[in-house]
Amino acid sequence: MFEYMGERLSNAIKNIKGMGRVTEENISDALREIRMALLEADVNYVVVKEFIANIKEKALGMEVGKSLKPEEVFIKLVKDELISLLGGDFVPLETKKTPTILMLVGLQGSGKTTTAGKLANHLRKKQAKNPLLVACDIYRPAAIEQLETIGKSLGIEVFKEGIENPVKIVTDALEYAKENKKDYIIIDTAGRLQIDEPLMQELKNIVTTINPHEILLVIDAMMGQDAINVINGFNEALSLTGTILTKLDGNTKGGVALSVRHLTNIPIKFVGDSEKLDGLSEFYPERMANRILDMGDILSIADKVEGIMNEEEALDTAKKMKKGTFDLGDFLTTLKQIKKLGPLENLLKMLPGARKMGINNVSIDPKDMAHVEAIILSMTPYERHHPEILKAERKQRIAKGSGRSVEEVNRLLKQFEEMKKMMKMVSSGNMKMPF
Amino acid sequence: MGIFDKLKNLVNKKAIAQEKELEEVYDKGLKKTREEFVSKLSLLGIKYTKVNEEYFEELEDLLISADIGVNTVFKFMERLRKRVKEEHIENTETLTEVIVDELFIIYVNNESLTTKVNEQENGPTVILMVGVNGVGKTTTIAKLAYKYKNLGKKVMMIAGDTFRAGAVEQLKIWADKTESLFYGRDNTDPAGVIYDGLEIAKKENADMVFIDTAGRLQNKVNLMKELEKINKVIERIIPGAPHETLLVIDAATGQNGIMQAESFKEITNITGIVLTKLDGTAKGGIVLAIKESVDIPVKFIGLGEKMTDLQTFDIEEYIYGLFKDMIK
Repeated sequence: MFEYMGERLSNAIKNIKGMGRVTEENISDALREIRMALLEADVNYVVVKEFIANIKEKALGMEVGKSLKPEEVFIKLVKDELISLLGGDFVPLETKKTPTILMLVGLQGSGKTTTAGKLANHLRKKQAKNPLLVACDIYRPAAIEQLETIGKSLGIEVFKEGIENPVKIVTDALEYAKENKKDYIIIDTAGRLQIDEPLMQELKNIVTTINPHEILLVIDAMMGQDAINVINGFNEALSLTGTILTKLDGNTKGGVALSVRHLTNIPIKFVGDSEKLDGLSEFYPERMANRILDMGDILSIADKVEGIMNEEEALDTAKKMKKGTFDLGDFLTTLKQIKKLGPLENLLKMLPGARKMGINNVSIDPKDMAHVEAIILSMTPYERHHPEILKAERKQRIAKGSGRSVEEVNRLLKQFEEMKKMMKMVSSGNMKMPF
Repeated sequence: MGIFDKLKNLVNKKAIAQEKELEEVYDKGLKKTREEFVSKLSLLGIKYTKVNEEYFEELEDLLISADIGVNTVFKFMERLRKRVKEEHIENTETLTEVIVDELFIIYVNNESLTTKVNEQENGPTVILMVGVNGVGKTTTIAKLAYKYKNLGKKVMMIAGDTFRAGAVEQLKIWADKTESLFYGRDNTDPAGVIYDGLEIAKKENADMVFIDTAGRLQNKVNLMKELEKINKVIERIIPGAPHETLLVIDAATGQNGIMQAESFKEITNITGIVLTKLDGTAKGGIVLAIKESVDIPVKFIGLGEKMTDLQTFDIEEYIYGLFKDMIK
């Protein structure tokens, strides 16, 4: 998502490399590139102005110590500014009240209903909570059915009460939640424009009736400069406690993330990063800034992996990778685990230096992964452990068994060998990380 | 005759001919857009009577804030500076006319643009709706169905969004409301549903067939491949179809709109854009950038939630809407 911005920034920074000190001339190109990059990312133009002015002022006043190169100092400066722009620290959800009431609001099509499902799933999985989903979108045809279907697939209860009176629906839902010992209720509301007064009044009525602990604005990461009007409109009417940024798995640069906190002081709490119902991550400003600067987001990957990989298996795999005894059988196990992590592209993008290795824009067809799996599954366990014994005849058998061609089998074997080499390099510390 | 004169004439002609209806819809829908944009532009004129660097800077901000697209704006500013220099434009009032003129040129680019839908005389006209998630594909189908129903056409809807929970029901409800034929099944391969649906459309002699598809982010390879497959299936049943493939874009979309248009155009033959949700504060300026970079024209705009809130796009009306107050 942010990789383009990272690219521009590092191009700009190249120009400062080798300079003895930071002057107005040698950073002017870099500043122009940064400005373009931020505007192309849909960062609000007011924020861009301020950001550039800040960087300029600080960069010129910067003391370049003997041990640090000016470009390093400059990168650090940009990164720190980005982090502060993104909001500094992670702000968790309110948790103390029982039941805690969360209300999702936003424009049409921003992804409220899907996010409600993801949020319920997240609370149950990561915090062992027992949430109740409340269907309060009484306008969009089949919105209630949509939430019900999501609830059913997650095994999370959905409270519905027709399409009459949202205030009554939430009051009854709260009652129901108390009786049934639900610790969270998540209210899905209808999409509306922030300038639609009657519909905004309806939200205000819900708020004054049940006083939600969190009012979260669900906002599409692909939004342009109008985002700020939307955020301000909802915030003025409802006093938002946070935002959730959706559709970050697209190739949007998501500059709205940079504008939200800075212009309104409302924290981003979550980001939606896949279409699957576990595609919701907590928002960490520093990690996002690292991602922008192409410094990778290993921590986010670690968080994702943690929920899925069995720790012992992971340790075992790591050991084998180090020793170089990692075989195709282990690869198959890893492949299956990776599949659970969601689209592989997203993971690759989070790797440090993804851009430099040219894997930031790789698109991976899930079918290719299935083919790889089929090929490995067509090998005997012995073959998986000793791929060197695979000669023409065996390869033909494997190709037939997996329904792929011999060329594909060859390609996989070659790629696997290369991968093994790379693993050895990484674990022996011969591979340099960028920056 | 300069474009600006043309616009002025349009203003006068409209007043005389009292072709108020369309104008009013644009007026209402674009009111917020226009008020803000124009008032800022006029304020600029008041603030700066002379064209200088500060004026250019503020103008650039103004255009960027309308989501017109960073590259488009930068190129535009370059041309403008050149004209100002060459034509020795000094006062901001003259420049305002030049600005409108240049904006118009970006979109029209010496072509004759049509917003006509490629309707077939014999057999069904198939219109495929595509776009990223949440832009309003299903609602737009309802509006289009309503429009053609009122023209006396036999309309059918096919629910090709078998992925999003509730999508089939949503379309079904709209089909009932607009008294359109409907075909859809949940949890199945979209190409299969479309295949069966089109067979029925042929049998039933439908005039217009609207195919809804799942929202897909343009960087999802497997979903884009699915769209390729859908196209093949449609072509197999009705040669030459789809007759129109409309890319639905949310007016609030920023720079990503360009990438959406580029990626979808690579996979399918996008024949036009439907710009939705223009009744909000979003300016939809990205369509200018899309037109410039990918050359896809806008065919319809969505200006509200009612079934009647869909209009044929008219660039003159659009720019007129944006600049009305300034021209007077």
